[in-house]
Amino acid sequence: MTQPAVAYVRRGATRAVHTWRASLQVRVALTTLVVSGVVVLLLGVVVLEQVRSGLLQAKTRTSLSQLDFGLQHATEQFNAIGDSQSVENTAGQLAQQLAGRGADAQAYGIALLPTGGGELASGGDINPRASIPSSLQQVISREDREAWTYARITHADGSTEPGLVVGGPVQTEAADYQIYYLFPLRQESQTLSLVERTMLFSGIGIVLLLVAIAALVTRQVVRPVRQAAATAERLAAGRLRDRMAVHGEDDLASLAQSFNRMAETVEKQISQLRELSRVQRRFVADVSHELRTPITTIRMAADVLHDAREDLPPELARSAELLQNQLDRFESLLADLLEISRHDAGAAVLEAEPVDLRSVVLHVLESEAPLAARHSCVLDSSLPDEPVVVEADARRIQRVLRNLVSNAIEHGEGQPVEIRLRAGDGGVAVTVRDHGRGLRPGEAALVFGRFWRADPARARTSGGSGLGLSIALEDARLHGGYLQAWGEPGQGSMFRLTLPWHAGGAIGEPPLALEPDSESSTAEGVAGA
Amino acid sequence: MLVVDDDPALAEMLGIVLRTEGFEPSFVADGDRALAAFRATKPDLVLLDLMLPGIDGIDVCRQIRAESGTPIVMLTARGDTVDVVLGLESGADDYIVKPFKPKELVARMRARLRHNEGPTGETLTVGDLAIDVPGHVVSRGQEQIPLTPLEFDLLTALARKPGQVFTREHLLEQVWGYRHAADTRLVNVHVQRLRAKIERDPERPEIVLTVRGVGYKAGPT
Repeated sequence: MTQPAVAYVRRGATRAVHTWRASLQVRVALTTLVVSGVVVLLLGVVVLEQVRSGLLQAKTRTSLSQLDFGLQHATEQFNAIGDSQSVENTAGQLAQQLAGRGADAQAYGIALLPTGGGELASGGDINPRASIPSSLQQVISREDREAWTYARITHADGSTEPGLVVGGPVQTEAADYQIYYLFPLRQESQTLSLVERTMLFSGIGIVLLLVAIAALVTRQVVRPVRQAAATAERLAAGRLRDRMAVHGEDDLASLAQSFNRMAETVEKQISQLRELSRVQRRFVADVSHELRTPITTIRMAADVLHDAREDLPPELARSAELLQNQLDRFESLLADLLEISRHDAGAAVLEAEPVDLRSVVLHVLESEAPLAARHSCVLDSSLPDEPVVVEADARRIQRVLRNLVSNAIEHGEGQPVEIRLRAGDGGVAVTVRDHGRGLRPGEAALVFGRFWRADPARARTSGGSGLGLSIALEDARLHGGYLQAWGEPGQGSMFRLTLPWHAGGAIGEPPLALEPDSESSTAEGVAGA
Repeated sequence: MLVVDDDPALAEMLGIVLRTEGFEPSFVADGDRALAAFRATKPDLVLLDLMLPGIDGIDVCRQIRAESGTPIVMLTARGDTVDVVLGLESGADDYIVKPFKPKELVARMRARLRHNEGPTGETLTVGDLAIDVPGHVVSRGQEQIPLTPLEFDLLTALARKPGQVFTREHLLEQVWGYRHAADTRLVNVHVQRLRAKIERDPERPEIVLTVRGVGYKAGPT
């Protein structure tokens, strides 16, 4: 077979297997086809066998009674032979007479065979020498009784057909002959083939009818199931008001009723959740407003005190400083909490527009430079020469990167922090790499957890709310991108932000590797989207 | 200086801070009386809380903008897009999200009050517009186009270097006096407002052109 042909057959087979698996109706119909086919076949074989043996038995019986008549008649004839007649002539006449007794000349043939051998007499359209099996002759000669067998009868013109040969001995003083009757089984085989044909057609008809019935019955069951599947599909697509039609009071109606009850419960649950989410969003907004106004006042008061601390006694001056610092922390915590609850409530909105990520990165580097200077840390950036214009929310991306960079500076222990930006067909990636303490195995997945800290003992000294990376992860997800972490104890850590070219678009192979160079790693993806 | 805020503690605190910075603030606590107070005091700048009893901040903003180009800085409790954009579209020049540092507030206010002083007699042309910088007048032929000071600053910043592409961050720094903050919505909204006034067809701008993914530039002179 040629290659395309193989492929074609394979494709066809795959499709057939798929249809078999997918459609209950096809499966039931095919099973019915096979099973009923086998049953009808077996039945047909048995019935045909019965008919055949019945036909043949009847034929054999009539044949033997014909033979009896023939033998008796021949005995009479041979006994009546006068001197003027030769045995051969009588035999010839006998053969003609007996053959003539058939309804027509074709009905059967007669052969008179001298037992000791010699001239043979025959009647009817046959070739006796070719037709009479020698085994039958031997049985008759040896056992001196009537015997029969099936054989192919050869006609005078050389054509053959199945037939029954019966024969018996005739012994008188004048002659010692064997008489054979050769009955063609034309009639019987015609009858048999008629029966065969009838059974074949009626068998096929019955099988097809059964298949049709099976398909019809399954259809009655399958249709509501398919309808349920379609309705479920619509529900899944968000059309929560869709219901199944309920007909009658049978099992399928109860399926539809149960289905509808389920849909109702789901709808109720979802609307409850929606309401909850709406309430939560309202609450977040209200908290936001209610808290922010007094904090602004506190903040301004603290600032006034802070600015005047030179003129205050030392304890009061220090108090003003502490107030100021903790207010900063409180504010950033509050801002992060509000942001993460916005994400949780699904209320975060993506303000995507084309933006050159290089300028975002440069902006972040500039704003983080004072922090880097405090940690005597070098920020080492590598950006492409061409613009990397991505459809993204610059505010969020900037927040993500600022978070990554400030984390890297704080955990980088004064080692350089590398920031790389690369564009590829599959999307855009930014990596931030530090050479600090790194992450212990398993921690790469934990860093995105809320309020997670690498070292609980250091929790109070290093700033940040502990929500920064959780928010960064949510921001990445909002773009349809993802944020991943890699880390090795003593090797430092790396964070990679991967973004699609268009917000919510597909991401292929990220253009930057997450694991810098080492073979073993504890990289753990935290996939978004 | 007019402060429109309903929270007495915050209003008082704002008063303390503003007075130490040399401003002379007057106060009004609800939206209904804001416009009357504005007409009465004729302030150089309005500090406007978005959430107010009576008429809300956005409507107050529209009312003031309808009769004056006086700089308006919004105070908002929410940095959410909808509120901020709505406020900016209703005519506010800048916004500041609570809680803010007093220095930041003062810096924003000063940026709004500062006048872009160019060389005396400086006149710029961009497209078919003539800009008289010291006179704060923009005209197309004989027709004068009224612009708020902020819109005027935005236009002159672009027109001084025609063809040069300004990033949004650059504009934020030059026109709004921001450093490190990057709310590009501020720029986008005001470019839209500016276009609505100066372009023949704001849908197909010829004077303030968008450079996709980068920023804006002034069209050919």
